[in-house]
Amino acid sequence: MIEEPFASGQSFIHTMEPRIKIPAAFALSLAAALCKHFPVIWVYLLISLILVFAAQLNFRAVVKRLKPLFWFLLMIWVILPLTFEGREVYRYGWVRITEPGLLLSAMITFKSVTIVLIFTALVATMTVASLGNGLHRLHIPDKLVFLLLMCYRYIAVIEDEYNRLLRAAKFRGFVPKTNLHSYKTFAYLAGMLFVRASLRAQRVHKAMLCRGFNGKFHTLDVYPPNRLNFIFLTAMVCMSMGLFIGEQIWF
Amino acid sequence: MADNTCIIRLEDISYAYPGTGAKVLDHLNLEIFQGDRIGMIAPNGTGKTTLLHTIMGLCKPDGGTITIFGNTLKQEKDFLPVRSKIGLLFQDSDDQLFCPTVMEDVAFGPLNLGFSRDEAVDMAKKTLEGLGMGAFEQSITHRLSGGQKRLVALAAVLAMNPRVLLLDEPTAGLDNTVKERLIRILNHLDISYLVISHEFDFVSAVTDKIYSMENGRILTDADIQIHHHEHVHKHGLHPHTYK
Repeated sequence: MIEEPFASGQSFIHTMEPRIKIPAAFALSLAAALCKHFPVIWVYLLISLILVFAAQLNFRAVVKRLKPLFWFLLMIWVILPLTFEGREVYRYGWVRITEPGLLLSAMITFKSVTIVLIFTALVATMTVASLGNGLHRLHIPDKLVFLLLMCYRYIAVIEDEYNRLLRAAKFRGFVPKTNLHSYKTFAYLAGMLFVRASLRAQRVHKAMLCRGFNGKFHTLDVYPPNRLNFIFLTAMVCMSMGLFIGEQIWF
Repeated sequence: MADNTCIIRLEDISYAYPGTGAKVLDHLNLEIFQGDRIGMIAPNGTGKTTLLHTIMGLCKPDGGTITIFGNTLKQEKDFLPVRSKIGLLFQDSDDQLFCPTVMEDVAFGPLNLGFSRDEAVDMAKKTLEGLGMGAFEQSITHRLSGGQKRLVALAAVLAMNPRVLLLDEPTAGLDNTVKERLIRILNHLDISYLVISHEFDFVSAVTDKIYSMENGRILTDADIQIHHHEHVHKHGLHPHTYK
């Protein structure tokens, strides 16, 4: 089941329109991903922290969100300093740690933490339904929006079906092991899941036809026009552009 | 009760699943009149669901004619205007509720019918409140319980103001409280309906006549006599302790 712990809140970021937050998050994270110098990425990190602070998110919950990212970063820190060519910082036998490797790892760490924080502050602060609505208003093709919303709606149903199948297998004495029988059983489970998902898709489509579905996306969310929205988007885009251009000039 | 306007008439309908020769519906005839409240009790696999899907134009019959509200329907586009006038409640509510929130789901039908956003929200609100589900407007659909899902699905169907309801096993997987609620709701509705169910008590509580199906055809009141048996045990003081 998909939980949306950050989606409910009263901060001004929560009340902002999805179609403002999505491009703002996109512009900021694109600019952060493109920057090459440490002082600049620190500015982005600062901005992302300010945004998280402005959204009044529970700081501990945000750190918990970052946990999977830290595992990925750990892998980078283990591999890159050892394999990158360049000036050696430390050597022990054939193991050597290089300076460019360390710097690159640090850069990747800052960038990824920054981008995840930006998305947590701006995108995770709306429900998936509002996200779909925002994407629709940004003229993303309806098919893609439906794809997102249907995934969100049915992932719990499919998970439920998977658990039911697995339970049925376990009740009949199935214990997963590293052998062909286990692989085969899991392949059957996966196959069955696809069959059921496809049958369900047909039924859902029928149900949609029964209620007059004609391929159009309707939305119920309304947002009163708010000058602040526009100012926020302009500020974020200008800041990203400014930092990007500034970096080209000064460094 | 029933006046003599025939709203749904099926004549000589035959249907076989593609790839199999076995006929699910075999020269079937059925008439539903304005004000009819028909129950249908039949074993699994007799084609009850197929019958409902044929009425909605979701299954194309191999032969026969479908006349709904006086018009003979042949192609997909003939069925489009009819679908909003017939409400089909699916067996599995998860098939029917596909929007993220309850409100969006119930308003989906009215929006497709061309109502404005405010009108659709208003209709959805009224329907939900009518079913006692007003408190669930903003709930996330997939987090509802089975009974709540069924009632929301019914609201979604009723929000389109159908002239006739087709209910496919509405009580499947529900506990008694929800069943009783459903009985009250159906008995207060002012539209015709056809209920498919396995539960005799439920069907007899909400309908005026009971049909059955056999060999791809419908058996009407005259052909069937569904009845209960009383019985005696010698299993001590509490023979049915599981009840």
